[in-house]
Amino acid sequence: MASKYSKDLLLTMYRKMYLMRRFEERAGQQYGLGKIAGFCHLYIGQEAVAAGVEAAIRPDDYMLSGYRDHAQPLARGSDAGMVMAELFGRTGGYSKGKGGSMHIFDIENHFYGGYGIVGAQIGLAAGMAFASRYRNEDRVTVCYFGDAAANQGIFHETLNMAAKWKLPVLYICENNRYGMGTAIARVAAVPEIHKRGDAYGIRHEAADGMDVLKMYESVKDAVEYIRAGNGPVLMEANTYRFRGHSMADPATYRTKQEVEDERKNDPIPRLKDYAIKQGLAKEEEFDAIEAEVKEQVDAAVKFADESPEPSLDELWKDTIVEEGEEDVRPRERVLGVKVTRWPKYPSGQELKVTWDLEPREQAEKADKAAGLKR
Amino acid sequence: MAELMYREALNQALAEEMERDANVFLIGEEVGRYQGAFKVSQGLLDRFGSARVIDAPISELGFAGLGVGAAMVGLRPVVEMMTWNFAILAMDQIVNNAAKLRHMSGGQLRCPIVFRGPGGAGGRLSSQHSQALESNYAHFPGLKVIAPATPADAKGLLKSAIRDDNPIIMIEGERLYALKGEVPEGEHIIPIGKADVKREGKDVSIITWSRMYYFCEEAAKQLEAEGISVEILDLRTLRPLDEEAILATVRKTNRAVIVEEGWPLAGVGASVVDIIQSKAFDELDAPVLRVTGLDVNMSYAANLENAIQPDAPKIIAAVKKVLYREGA
Repeated sequence: MASKYSKDLLLTMYRKMYLMRRFEERAGQQYGLGKIAGFCHLYIGQEAVAAGVEAAIRPDDYMLSGYRDHAQPLARGSDAGMVMAELFGRTGGYSKGKGGSMHIFDIENHFYGGYGIVGAQIGLAAGMAFASRYRNEDRVTVCYFGDAAANQGIFHETLNMAAKWKLPVLYICENNRYGMGTAIARVAAVPEIHKRGDAYGIRHEAADGMDVLKMYESVKDAVEYIRAGNGPVLMEANTYRFRGHSMADPATYRTKQEVEDERKNDPIPRLKDYAIKQGLAKEEEFDAIEAEVKEQVDAAVKFADESPEPSLDELWKDTIVEEGEEDVRPRERVLGVKVTRWPKYPSGQELKVTWDLEPREQAEKADKAAGLKR
Repeated sequence: MAELMYREALNQALAEEMERDANVFLIGEEVGRYQGAFKVSQGLLDRFGSARVIDAPISELGFAGLGVGAAMVGLRPVVEMMTWNFAILAMDQIVNNAAKLRHMSGGQLRCPIVFRGPGGAGGRLSSQHSQALESNYAHFPGLKVIAPATPADAKGLLKSAIRDDNPIIMIEGERLYALKGEVPEGEHIIPIGKADVKREGKDVSIITWSRMYYFCEEAAKQLEAEGISVEILDLRTLRPLDEEAILATVRKTNRAVIVEEGWPLAGVGASVVDIIQSKAFDELDAPVLRVTGLDVNMSYAANLENAIQPDAPKIIAAVKKVLYREGA
């Protein structure tokens, strides 16, 4: 039976997932060696979510995340060496080592950052989606957050506005079942996070975050719906992190059995098995990809290790934008390549705002219904 | 020159900047169909439409975050807080996101946003509605904080703020909205970071900002009748502080009193004292004094409300003390 997926799609998704996995394993190892400090929240186990999303959206769609943010930019195409250098706190990092593990920013690839305060990016995503509508662009903003963030006030405040104003944003709750060490079911009145979309009248659904193909299908549908102008979607990707909350967490709050059971769902071998069974790719092709990725990650670690610490005068840069100051383009700064994909926005003179957020007739109708006269 | 109320000057600045740049939009509670809780946005909805003058739900944290996100991709939001007391709910987005985006992204992002609204005490509103919170924001690198006293400064500073590529905190005087003053028409710009000598004098400097300026004027007039010549420096911008202007006035008069509506501990005035004592200690003929709000919560009772705030008699007493005059 012919698969509905192309070989290219499957191998691309596999390569991305394998890159995320290898990168994170090496990051964990480097943390152990003292090369990486602070918190270091690994994505191991959740790779199907980022790979599935990336395959279903456009490269110019906006994306934001929380503090578990190393892997999603890799799926977008960020330079592995520069992400690793950021974790090392070195000048070769995307933020010159000033942001670190929880704040990866790669604007060239439209990755608008990881954020260290639980849920804070949910509000930012609505603003970016608002800007797309304001400028009449058909871009979607994808916003990742964890299950615990759904209990923050910003989640509720933002979903209300995003729904009311039909903002083109895809909210992806990566439900890995634990907010740090607290099982979500212990603190959430409704642990199926996606159902909260009902409260705001927005489309919501659960997706299988351990199966990259199912994830891809769910996101493709949702993004089509959003791009058609229907407003936001709240998608709950049910997934599992195989490691602790961060490298500082031994994860003693869950049983060995639970983790072992979940590891049987590992999305990476699952995709490989599927492709081989479907006759779309051979074992050797996967071996080749794995060898290439290993080399890529080795090179990333080497690059990070050899990258110098930022000089002390960097302390006084990047706090206030001085007049006429240009934005820093990381790949241009670090690798010396000409960056051409930098976002360009219409100036105030070119921009025509045609969007009617609250059409006058509608407002007057609402007034009338409420018995008000204007 | 036209005589305008402080609120009209702000309205003019908003309208001119929205006309000039379609990236500028206004969001906040009651800014649209209600025409603004303090009428700063009067007429803007009809002129610019509902996508640019947006009535937000009562969700300060949410719409502050929406504004920051829009600024991250190049729009220039003006976020009206109905009062700065309510903006306490939005602190996370202002402080943890807006102020830090440039740094955390290593210079990739900018956040051209203005958060503005009234601050300060008065009107018998008790503790939760009567607070001068500027020191809270002046504390954070990555923000600029402005607090104009006059209608002309209000217009000129707001226009600068909207054009600035950094997050700006603009604290307007809630009790100043109806105050009138001459305001230049059209392109009137006051640079952020520049203090203004509002009154020239030679015996003592009073350093202040926003509504307190008017109590200082009142005190200066009374002191002048007693033969004491007062210079008044209106800081206008609280972050960055205009060190040059602060030091210049102290070098001229050799005595300083700082008048601030907020609480004494960790107030902006404390930083002004620090600048003076560390950089102009040898110029001083007396210790620098501060007149601040009392270190208590604001009361509803009229007499208590008055007693808590700085006023002309308190300022006069402090001036006489730094001059080693009687009655101090």
